[in-house]
Amino acid sequence: MESVVAIGIGVLVASGVYLLLRARTFPVVLGLTLLSYATNLFIFVMGRLAAGAPPIVSTAASRYTDPLPQALVLTAIVIGFGMTAFCVVLAFRARAALGSDHVDGRTDGASTTSEAP
Amino acid sequence: MAPSLAAIVSLPLIAAYLPVAAARKGRVFAAWTAAAVLASPLAIAAALGPHVLAGNVPEARWMWLPGAGLDLSLRLDGLALLFVVLILGIGLLIVLYAAYYLAEDDAIGRFFAYVLLFAGAMLGVVLADNALLLVVFWELTSLSSFLLIGFWNDRSDARRGARMALAITGAGGLCLLAGVLLAGHVAGTYELSQIVRRGAAIRESPLYVPILTLVLLGAFTKSAQVPFHFWLPQAMAAPTPVSAYLHSATMVKAGVFLLARFYPALSGTDAWFYTVTTVGAVTLVFAAGTALFQHDLKGLLAYSTISHLGLITLLFGLDTPLSAVAAVFHIINHALFKASLFMAAGIIDHETGSRDMRKLNGLWKYMPYTATLAMVAASSMAGVPLLNGFLSKEMFFSEALLLERGGWMEVAIPLAAGIGGMLGIAYSVRFAHDVFFNGEPVGLPRTPHEPPRWMKVPVEVLVAMCLLVGVAPVYTVRPLLDVAARATLGDGLPAYSLAIWHGFSLPLLMSMLATVGGIAIYFSLQRFYRLHEHVHSPLTAASAYDALLDGTIRFAAIVTRAVENGSLQRYVAWVVAAALALGVAPFVASGYAPGPTTTAATPVAVVGLLLLFAASAGTVVLHRERLAALVMSGVVGLVCVLFFAYFAAPDLALTQVAVEAVTIMLLLLALHYLPQRTPAESSVSRKLRDAALAVAAGGGVAALVYAVLTRPFESISDFYLENSVSQAGGRNVVNVILVDFRGFDTFGEIIVLAIAALGIHAVLAGFAGAGRDDDRAWAADRHPLMLRVLTSVLLPLMLLVSIYIFLRGHDRPGGGFIAGLVTGIALILLYAAHGVAWTASRLRVDYQRTIGIGVLVAGATGIASWWFGQPFLTSAFGHPHLPLLGEVPLASAMAFDLGVYLTVVGVVMLVLARLGELSAAPAANASAP
Repeated sequence: MESVVAIGIGVLVASGVYLLLRARTFPVVLGLTLLSYATNLFIFVMGRLAAGAPPIVSTAASRYTDPLPQALVLTAIVIGFGMTAFCVVLAFRARAALGSDHVDGRTDGASTTSEAP
Repeated sequence: MAPSLAAIVSLPLIAAYLPVAAARKGRVFAAWTAAAVLASPLAIAAALGPHVLAGNVPEARWMWLPGAGLDLSLRLDGLALLFVVLILGIGLLIVLYAAYYLAEDDAIGRFFAYVLLFAGAMLGVVLADNALLLVVFWELTSLSSFLLIGFWNDRSDARRGARMALAITGAGGLCLLAGVLLAGHVAGTYELSQIVRRGAAIRESPLYVPILTLVLLGAFTKSAQVPFHFWLPQAMAAPTPVSAYLHSATMVKAGVFLLARFYPALSGTDAWFYTVTTVGAVTLVFAAGTALFQHDLKGLLAYSTISHLGLITLLFGLDTPLSAVAAVFHIINHALFKASLFMAAGIIDHETGSRDMRKLNGLWKYMPYTATLAMVAASSMAGVPLLNGFLSKEMFFSEALLLERGGWMEVAIPLAAGIGGMLGIAYSVRFAHDVFFNGEPVGLPRTPHEPPRWMKVPVEVLVAMCLLVGVAPVYTVRPLLDVAARATLGDGLPAYSLAIWHGFSLPLLMSMLATVGGIAIYFSLQRFYRLHEHVHSPLTAASAYDALLDGTIRFAAIVTRAVENGSLQRYVAWVVAAALALGVAPFVASGYAPGPTTTAATPVAVVGLLLLFAASAGTVVLHRERLAALVMSGVVGLVCVLFFAYFAAPDLALTQVAVEAVTIMLLLLALHYLPQRTPAESSVSRKLRDAALAVAAGGGVAALVYAVLTRPFESISDFYLENSVSQAGGRNVVNVILVDFRGFDTFGEIIVLAIAALGIHAVLAGFAGAGRDDDRAWAADRHPLMLRVLTSVLLPLMLLVSIYIFLRGHDRPGGGFIAGLVTGIALILLYAAHGVAWTASRLRVDYQRTIGIGVLVAGATGIASWWFGQPFLTSAFGHPHLPLLGEVPLASAMAFDLGVYLTVVGVVMLVLARLGELSAAPAANASAP
């Protein structure tokens, strides 16, 4: 099970990083989203994997999973939304100001090898 | 006693602004204000003076940072008293002089403010008993002298001179700090009076040489000793009153003051003797020789100052009690004659419009009175009998001749003294002869005449003191010199005589030879070398400094150009690569050691993994078709939801599914304005590079996760599980952690959210949108009827659900975050069904205000616990039975959760509604009936 989880998070990180390195804003935002998923899962599994043992105190339960990473990740998920929104808004403004959604502000039609002026 | 010591230092610093205010009422008023500010500490010092002269040492001490050994401790010993008198006395004369010297359009208030700041810093240096405090004031002198030298900040040479002085003396100050820290470490205290007493321990410590080197670097940079001398001539770009102040009694004297202060602690070794003596002797001779070839009047005085500082340094280096007395004496004498000479040079510059000695000739006819004053001061500088300069020069010669260290120094030092003395006389003669005689003026901008009456007064006072000290030293300077020298030496004062006539002796013979030689040198240079026709710029050290500076700047530019090419894409790649390197390093250093696998993979998990793999690969592969990629990333999010649900995290699953919904809406809105497709523009090599980085990062994280998961596990969470019910009255431990145990973290996090939302609001303020991308078909029916009907049913239901989720959050999965997100989704649905204009006219909620109220509610809940004498965010709880709802877990934490709820609703709505408005703006006009 551990290897399945590790591979899963690794795949998410790899996809996220590749998209993060793209030249246009939208794929970068998608990459950030994937990286956020990966990071949240990473922090979450630091509390180990315990299926069927939710951290809700009851007399019937004999064991609980670690609640602390869950609390950390819960706020991280919401803040991740705030971050994504901020990036999206920046992307709008950048496109409106530069006429292009290239992360380096390169105008469309310019060759990919030339430097931005 | 203690307050008066503090007043001496703090009055000029605190009152530094007064002249600026006073300058609005005129120049004279500003000058009087500055003079009054300087006079009051001088009066205090005068009142304390007899006490100090009688051998007492007033002290004052306040705790400041005791942990760092930094106390505000002040101490007025004899040496400090001498400097206080010099700093304030000459400062007063400078103020009077500057009032006449500065032009009408110079900001005189600002000038006096700088002078006061500088005087305060100098007073701090000389009065500080704590070595760290001394360094603090030392740096203040560097900073305030920077302001003074660069006073005419529209002139490039002034700016350059100020920068250079700051760089050199500031660097020296850092060395001094390091030296003081080491010395304090060895002595076990930073109090100078204690350090001095533990001199033996410092001299025997293995750290002695580093301490000595660092402290001497501080002193030599400040006192412009070779090879750090070059900043001083550059500082001549300052107004002449500044030069007269900084280079006679204050700034450069801080360096030799430091030598005097550390003399009992650091002297008495070969390292001290050879280093200090050599540097002093080289500076003495080199600067005297250079001074002779300067054509600029102030340049001559600048190099002469360096030379005299070399002489004082040399005297400290000789390391005999008498030489130290002579050094202190020469500090006084040099201050008196050099201040008057600079002022005289300023008068000449002021009244003729030139400082060039090739033009200034024969001024005796035009300004005989000034000429007399200047020539008396120059004679003192040359060491003519019956003037103060003669006395200390005789002492210097005698000490040089009596040197008993053996070896070549016994020859070299008297030789250096003789040559230095001879050159000193040569340039003094040049100052007198070349300016006031030697033919007629050549092409002066103005016809020379005597200056205003009061401009001469400071010069008269100083020249009179040169004479008084020269004629009757015992009755004028002796008491002050005694206490100052005793404070310098630390223990015991040698018998010394200040008699004018010692009979025919070797020093007198040397003096006479030097005088004859010096006069001969000057006149033969004029006659045979044609002095005026040669320009020497001995700025080798300055050009080395410039080269170093230019080289640094060029190197920085090369690095910047290589690294910072303006491409964010490249920066991100660097960040990823750097993170990779940092992440790999521990694996390499301590090996990769995962433990055994403990749980077997279930088929469900494998299916989940395959789904995740397919969805993320799909996002990457389809990323140029943006809508498809977005759908794929949504699938990834849903897999995460399932993951959380499977691994016993119901709260996370709920949160993730709600955030997933709003994120998809957000990104769909984003696609509204952004191109629908990404052009293919990455080169194959870039794709390969990125893929390599991505695979390495993914592989690294996977390896890390695997290693962590398979190793032993200890958690601090047992505390939360055990105390959740008993202390916080909640069964849902995740929610209890969020709103109670770690409520302060959550408070910070909702503030972050609020800031992000307000940031988005600010970025979009006044933004009308870039127009949507019309390269794909849009639905004709903007607000479908089905959706509207469904919404009217769903909306109340969803709001009810969100209330239910909110209320039960403390005991079962739910809480403010999730409830807030659900409410947000419900309201967004309303917008989607009816349009922004329709909804906004009915739902009059200011979302910024909602966010603010949310944060305030959460904060107020925390503060409320103060009323009960509890720490911030302490909660109380109970389980009241409410009609219809049954038993409800009611805790004060719920009010906090309400704050969280409001903030989250506000953030979601502010972001989405604001973005929605952008799309609605043109459409609303089009569909208006």
